[in-house]
Amino acid sequence: MLVQKKATPFLLGYRLYVVAFFIFLAAPLISAGAFAFNDSLFPALPWQGFTLDWFFGDTEPKLGMFHDRRLLQGLYYSFVIAIFVSALSVFVGTTNAFLFVRGEFPGKNFFYIMMVVPLVIPGVILGISILVLASDTANYVENRFDLELEFLRPGILLVVVGQFSFIATITSLVITARLKKFDETMEEAAFNLGASRARVLRTITLPFLRPAMIAAGIVAFLVSFENFNTTLFLVGSEAPLTITMYDRMAKVGSTPVLNAVSFFLMVGSGLLALLSIVIQRDRSGH
Amino acid sequence: MMQNKDIKRLSLYLLFAPFALWIILLVILPHIGMVVLSLKEKIAPRVYEYSFANYLEFLHEPIYWNTLLRTGSMSLLVTALALLIGFPIAYYIAKIAGPRSRGGLFLLCLIPLWVSDLIRAFGWILLLRETGVISNFLLWTGLIGEPVEFLYNDVAVIVGLTYTVILFMIVPLVSTLDGMDNAMIEAGYNLGGSGFTVLRRIIIPYAMPGIVAGCIVTFMLTAGSYLTPILLGGKNSSWFTEQIYNQFITRFNWEGGAAFGMLLLFFTSLVIWLGLKLSGQTLANTVAKS
Repeated sequence: MLVQKKATPFLLGYRLYVVAFFIFLAAPLISAGAFAFNDSLFPALPWQGFTLDWFFGDTEPKLGMFHDRRLLQGLYYSFVIAIFVSALSVFVGTTNAFLFVRGEFPGKNFFYIMMVVPLVIPGVILGISILVLASDTANYVENRFDLELEFLRPGILLVVVGQFSFIATITSLVITARLKKFDETMEEAAFNLGASRARVLRTITLPFLRPAMIAAGIVAFLVSFENFNTTLFLVGSEAPLTITMYDRMAKVGSTPVLNAVSFFLMVGSGLLALLSIVIQRDRSGH
Repeated sequence: MMQNKDIKRLSLYLLFAPFALWIILLVILPHIGMVVLSLKEKIAPRVYEYSFANYLEFLHEPIYWNTLLRTGSMSLLVTALALLIGFPIAYYIAKIAGPRSRGGLFLLCLIPLWVSDLIRAFGWILLLRETGVISNFLLWTGLIGEPVEFLYNDVAVIVGLTYTVILFMIVPLVSTLDGMDNAMIEAGYNLGGSGFTVLRRIIIPYAMPGIVAGCIVTFMLTAGSYLTPILLGGKNSSWFTEQIYNQFITRFNWEGGAAFGMLLLFFTSLVIWLGLKLSGQTLANTVAKS
């Protein structure tokens, strides 16, 4: 029954189950997005007609997301944080890939496990542990040398560092997988033709890794953008979008402007995710 | 020749440096700092003493360990549900769907993965609350006479959490099952196995690394989740991460919060370790592969 493709009742039931699952998967996303276009002050039925006010409206009570200063600021901070996190994570991911694929050193398996570990530590724990270390260090320096290290207090830098601490694992795994597929005879051929180490790296190895690096960068960007748990403990006055949205939800309650932001984010991250998949698929040749 | 060896060694050091900085500064030292902090007891303002007081308080206060037990058992339930619901979907995508629809279905599973937990929980709120879509729909069909509140109970939390994590179960399962040769399944049938026997003796053992990877990630994400239980469970969600947040941010009791953090970490690590031991898998061939 498990591979046959005849139209048995079992298979029909199975298909219905799959359809039901995808409805389950889509329902909350659709409800989060669709009410952005409802001409009502509340994200609820009945449908009052179509509007774009929750995106572009410039007066209260229908202040659209593109005129809401707090939300735009959150978007900006999220963007800045995500750019830094993905740049750092791709860099460390690439060096890690070379380290674990090419390097030979004692304790390699142990270190490889260490590299994977941040992925199985709950995000909340990563957040508080980095907060504790940074504050301890800042307090120590302040008491000892009477020096205030502002950057070790909750703020953008700590958010970047906190998110990087586990996103680097993701990028390392993606880039390592790609480097493992590299045919080293290609490098040898270039060496035999007299190319220098730097040149081989620049013209052969890195171009081979590029799709994986871009895809890893996009994934890092997306994970950073949607992160909440780690960020929650490290955030200062510059709150990224997820924190701003959560505050709004907790203090003001749900308003359709949150639906507009959700719609915007879903479309944006969906397109980026699609892009990363296309990049990885096209150039890796399968 | 000697020079070549030196270059190799130097490049090894250069490659090791970012890795070491990352793991030591951002993972090992912070956790040591947290252990140290959790063993401190405030006996007067700015005066601390090392003791197990924070851990003892956890044991003495039933509300704390009840919350941890509740978080743990509900996370296990969510993991089991995600596996039960997700396995047939992954099997369908990897083995039954035609080559064309396979990619499309897999894509449908990958894209929601990048939607923030916050938006997903928000979507569920709009569906489940008293003025929400489901309540309205049931009113319209006449199945219920007045609006019903589906939010702020354990079922809503479990549905929301399963929803949030299920794709992390399905994606590694699809990758594992995808690598399985159909001939293995056919051989099982040809040798007279029933559908159930083939599933139990051939498919599940083969898919084990994927199952374990999915379960580890699912369990960890559920036990460590913050938004979904709070937004869907409301005031009495009593999730352990909420206790950690309260200690840290609301009560400004960092020592207690650090102890709670260590307990959560210890608890999730224990469950993950047990899962790996019982299934005979390692972290490197499960989580690292997905």
